[in-house]
Amino acid sequence: MLTRLVPVIGSRRARHIVERNFEVYRSQWLMLISGFFEPLFYLLSIGIGLNKLVGNLTVGGRVVSYAAFVAPGMLATSMMNGAVIDTIMNVFFRLKITHSYDSILATPLDVNDVALGEIGWATGRAAIYSASFIVCMILLGDAPSWWVLLCWPAALLTGVAFAGVGLASCTFVRSWQDFDMITLVQLPIFLFSATFFPITLYPRWLGALVQLSPLYQSAALLRGLSLGQFSGVMVLRAGYLVVFGLVGLSVAARRFARILTP
Amino acid sequence: MSGPPAHLAPVGGWSRWQRSWWYHAVVYAQTWRGSVVGAVVLPFLFLLAMGVGVGHLVAHHHGKVGGQSYLDFLAPSLLATTAMQLGSDESLWPVLGAIKWVRTYHAAAATPLEPEDVFVGKLSWVLTRALATSIIYTAVIGIFGALHSWWALTLPLVGGLVAVAFAAPLITWAARAQSDGPFVTYYRFATVPMFLFSATFYPVSAYPAALRPLVQIAPLYHGVALARAAASGHAQLGAIAAHVSVLAAMGAVGVVLGRRAMRRRLVD
Amino acid sequence: MSERGQGGAPVVVARGLTKRFGEFAAVRGIDVTVRPGESFGFLGPNGAGKTSTMRMVSAVSRPSAGELTIFGLDPRTHGPEIRARLGVVPQEDTLELELSVRWNLEIFGRYFDLPRALIRQRTQELLEFVQLADRADSRVDDLSGGMRRRLTIARALINQPEILILDEPTTGLDPQARHLVWDRLYRLKREGVTLIITTHYMDEAEQLCDRLVVMDHGTIVAEGTPRELIDAHSTREVVELRFDDDGDGDASGDGGRVARLGDLAERVEVLPDRVLLYVDDGDDVLSTVHREGIVPASALVRRSSLEDVFLRLTGRTLVE
Repeated sequence: MLTRLVPVIGSRRARHIVERNFEVYRSQWLMLISGFFEPLFYLLSIGIGLNKLVGNLTVGGRVVSYAAFVAPGMLATSMMNGAVIDTIMNVFFRLKITHSYDSILATPLDVNDVALGEIGWATGRAAIYSASFIVCMILLGDAPSWWVLLCWPAALLTGVAFAGVGLASCTFVRSWQDFDMITLVQLPIFLFSATFFPITLYPRWLGALVQLSPLYQSAALLRGLSLGQFSGVMVLRAGYLVVFGLVGLSVAARRFARILTP
Repeated sequence: MSGPPAHLAPVGGWSRWQRSWWYHAVVYAQTWRGSVVGAVVLPFLFLLAMGVGVGHLVAHHHGKVGGQSYLDFLAPSLLATTAMQLGSDESLWPVLGAIKWVRTYHAAAATPLEPEDVFVGKLSWVLTRALATSIIYTAVIGIFGALHSWWALTLPLVGGLVAVAFAAPLITWAARAQSDGPFVTYYRFATVPMFLFSATFYPVSAYPAALRPLVQIAPLYHGVALARAAASGHAQLGAIAAHVSVLAAMGAVGVVLGRRAMRRRLVD
Repeated sequence: MSERGQGGAPVVVARGLTKRFGEFAAVRGIDVTVRPGESFGFLGPNGAGKTSTMRMVSAVSRPSAGELTIFGLDPRTHGPEIRARLGVVPQEDTLELELSVRWNLEIFGRYFDLPRALIRQRTQELLEFVQLADRADSRVDDLSGGMRRRLTIARALINQPEILILDEPTTGLDPQARHLVWDRLYRLKREGVTLIITTHYMDEAEQLCDRLVVMDHGTIVAEGTPRELIDAHSTREVVELRFDDDGDGDASGDGGRVARLGDLAERVEVLPDRVLLYVDDGDDVLSTVHREGIVPASALVRRSSLEDVFLRLTGRTLVE
């Protein structure tokens, strides 16, 4: 059972939300399965074409293929997008369109359970997707060392952190049109977090700015792990993601309480 | 209240599908918020990151791609991809929503509009948006210096054709759909693979010869090829005709089926 | 709005009108004639076929069999022309939630291809008519259910329709909002607009309808004015008795109680929560009941209503 893979966070009642989501999704199993294919498609595409065009890059003194350079960045991005789509799209849908939270709140569950449950569900999905992503990396030869397995917990951390922020932002969404705004924030983060090319390509001041991006920190952390290049900076990167996620969660909890219990 | 009954009043002279088009235009004008900013900013960001950023790496290692700089190669395919994206985004959830959740298409069907007018009005609105977005995209590509022929002026038409080729069948699908569940699957198994594999990021020659026909089946492949031909001015007439026919056929089949699907959905 | 008389050719004529969805027949060969200026009701419980009938009369849904003319025109061939002269208030509001009240009316006016100047003038008049003038620039999303209902009615009037078709116009509204809607509909009726209304509320039908048909299982089981229907299918008064001793699960307990009550009334209906006695003089019968030594927990004497007609005709209550 997928629900059993979901780590227990907060109140046990929150797991009801996780299970509820899963019930909703089970009828759409194709959608869940399809989540496995997305990383495969991306890595395959890069492996077929861009690998030849870009050639090898030097990362931390080690020469790696372009695909091996990009893969951890793609993993981080997939965690970000998955968390954002899951929390923002699904939560908004239930909050504003189907009002299913109102009926959930009529039960012994409270607002914190709802918020934690949504994040638990997002984490469960992130666990599955990141695992399949890592398997794809290994199969396609984009993982230079077995340290790549350590990417799994780091990817989960990324997923949870972005789910918290996603949950917070979805309380600000008024209508479908506001999703354009979210894309407008998400896309630059995706494109310029040194996912597709090394941060050294930027002028120094711009590079410093890119360091602020949580996606960059996640990508850099994952890249270090997959290449087996350990350093103390990794602890800082992980800490940055923890703080980022906690800020999002606390904002989300406060805003949720205000919206659902007027 | 005064005045003659409305059906005797002077009329604005708009045909019925045009009134449906106008409805979509009003809803957009009243609710667009971020999307116009996005239409201008996103092309810039994409071309900067992928065209210039990755292009730098490509130039360093590989040099030209298909005889062009990587930016020249990539920019038109991003325009075509954007048109596909717009044609998809506008056609699935918004249409099912207007039929099933807010039921505004049912409201329209209670007026002189026929279901076919609702379909054509929606499709023509998607075309309008695709043309506008593609004009902006073309201008941005021009700013990056990636246009090399007067044929580039036809890029917006390519964008419009691609958007309609996708929108017409997809609106049909949405008009028949009972739930939005499969829509996500469409994105995962159709738009994403097409975006990645339609010779968008590298030439079709990167694939083994046996796989190439598979790539060339993808509708987006034809849109990308058309856009690339328009931006560079290098093309064979036969190839252009083939690309246009594939996209036009998709649109035409979509229109025929979609008008019928909309009638069945709104009238019974 | 111009005065339109009660005379003239019928505006809606249906003969053997039938609507089938696959195997299921929602409407089974009904005959209906609506005359100009009258207020005509379809009464019946959910699933009686009212909405399917309304969608055909709105020239939207096509009849599966039978004849239907609206303004003397065939909706199969003259749909747009007919709909140009109709106003439709659907059961669920189909408003554009993200747009303002004003824009909702403007869009609709354009659907009818009205000139913008005329739409603006009509918008002002209609918003005053439904008492929403001060909310003209509010988003529909922010309106209450009653306000949305009134806006839907205003929207249906933008083309100055000759027939206004309302499907369950006040379902889900609070009593105050219902009375406001009824008041506006009554004014429209006085101005000569033909009203076609479905409802499962008796009081609504009695308030608004000159003439009505009772529908059940897709057929018409009775037709007439509310008064005629009551006279024909019920007694003048009704005594409602409630009993506490529901020993065997219903109020018919106490062995021969029902039989004894049956001797006192023309007709007795035993409902899960009460017993109805159909009589001419309620007070008289009630005192007899007490004299007979039958002691109800509560008793009520009232006039017969359409509810009683429906119960008589179908053996079921309207709101279950």
